[in-house]
Amino acid sequence: MLTLTHFLTLSAILFSISIAGIFINRKNMILLLMCIELMLLAVNFNFIALSRYLDDIAGQVFVFFVLTVAAAEAAIGLAILVIVFRTRQSINVQDLDSLKG
Amino acid sequence: MPDVSPAFAEIFLAVGICVVLITDLFLPQARRDITYVLALLCLVGTAWISSTIEVGSSPTVRFSGLFIADPLSQFLKIFVIAIVGVAFVYSREYLRERDLYKGEYYVLGLFALLGIMVMISAFSMLTMYLGLEMLSLALYAMVAFDRESPIAAEAAMKYFVLGAIASGILLYGMSIIYGVTGSLQLDQVAANLMASGPGQWSAGLGVVFILVGVAFKFGAVPFHMWLPDVYQGAPTSVTLFIGTAPKIAAFAMAIRLLVEGLGPEAATWQPMLTVLAVLSLAVGNILAIAQTNIKRMLAYSAIAHVGFILLGLLAGNEAGREAALFYTLIYVIMAAGAFGMVILMSRAGFEADRLDDYKGLNARSPWFAGIMLVLMFSLTGLPPFAGFFAKWSILAALVDADKIWLAALAVLFSVIGAFYYLRVVRLMYFDQGLDRTAPEAGLDLRILLSLNGLALLALGLFPDWLLRICTAVMA
Repeated sequence: MLTLTHFLTLSAILFSISIAGIFINRKNMILLLMCIELMLLAVNFNFIALSRYLDDIAGQVFVFFVLTVAAAEAAIGLAILVIVFRTRQSINVQDLDSLKG
Repeated sequence: MPDVSPAFAEIFLAVGICVVLITDLFLPQARRDITYVLALLCLVGTAWISSTIEVGSSPTVRFSGLFIADPLSQFLKIFVIAIVGVAFVYSREYLRERDLYKGEYYVLGLFALLGIMVMISAFSMLTMYLGLEMLSLALYAMVAFDRESPIAAEAAMKYFVLGAIASGILLYGMSIIYGVTGSLQLDQVAANLMASGPGQWSAGLGVVFILVGVAFKFGAVPFHMWLPDVYQGAPTSVTLFIGTAPKIAAFAMAIRLLVEGLGPEAATWQPMLTVLAVLSLAVGNILAIAQTNIKRMLAYSAIAHVGFILLGLLAGNEAGREAALFYTLIYVIMAAGAFGMVILMSRAGFEADRLDDYKGLNARSPWFAGIMLVLMFSLTGLPPFAGFFAKWSILAALVDADKIWLAALAVLFSVIGAFYYLRVVRLMYFDQGLDRTAPEAGLDLRILLSLNGLALLALGLFPDWLLRICTAVMA
């Protein structure tokens, strides 16, 4: 029998994977965008499980908004990625090093 | 039909943005001024509508508990609209000289303003999140606005990735709080936390995540990594925008989420906020000394000032929150002036972003050297300028709350901070510059910038009325 704890644990694992993915990955910026999406999906999972558990619809409504925002965010992220590639001919994370200090 | 009148200002702004966007589409480049004027008219209309909305002594909650209209929201909205207007006026020449004078800048700026207004009036974690994203997405695009600039693209990418992580963490915290309290509405969150007894570990976990999100928006250490890079990499007009209006949004977010929603958990977030505040003061003030780029220096100075605002919030008393509000307002005026000066000094092909570019400014333009002097003294916190009273009210609130050691630390780091502000003054008055051209700018920029500097002097001499407003709206 699946209980709330199972869902919350899965969501926490997904969330941790996304965070680890962002900090461990030193190569490709597209992976960063994927990790960010995964993070938002982990949160959605949390909201849906809690919404079902609390028998309250607000959590599921929140998920719709998060999905919409995630789509907009991905669009902006990819647009910025295109600009980065055009100005540097590279989408390597380590090449983003001209601003520091 | 629900009563939507408390949200008329936001509705007007949303419609106005669409009008600006579509009008801009049909304008040739030579007619871009029409977009600019329309954007300013939008701001005037929104401010006027905001000021006519009646806010009683008891807050009006609308849209099934998503939206709140209270004296604080009305005051913050009018102030933030004014600041966005100032940023638009300052930006015009800068953008025109660099072939960036496009309608998108104003449309994105107005969208960011709409996001800020939604955040200010948010009474549910859902509206807070949506307002925050509306603001952030517009800002990411604004930073990457200069498509030819490699450093702007880099700054935008860093801002985007770190900002997205921060909103993900904030959301995760919101989902935990939702699970613990069973509600997204802030007053019910507070009531349920109170009923179930504060100090549960699950609620504490949610508080930590939400605090990270708020700290990131403020740019508090250790969540400040984006701030210097974005300030330096973005075009100065965008830096000006990012350095001013979103600070008000961050303040509103802290008040709504931490004080109104998670107030019963104050014992959990106060110690964490103390660590953030002290680290921000230390890192901001010390690293600012090492900078040679004025935009980067002002970024570290922003981090240090955020430390002060957080000190006001964590004092935990009414006086502390009023002082934090006062400090935020004064800081935003100072930041607008400081970045306005960078814009004034720059011209086509010359960014004026190195400290050395300010050498001998007194010989070239005594009046604006004087204005810069006022700004730097005010940022330092010297009397009789407004920055002094802002710092004073925070310190007084800390002493009232028996946090004397924090007040002492704040004073110590302010003294360290005085070094890099006064260095700018020394460069302007006592050094010879290679550059002998006087800064040139349109009349609108020069008048507004002068008023900006003089306002700090006026607020320093007569701070009482603004303090009274702060007390009235926070009560």
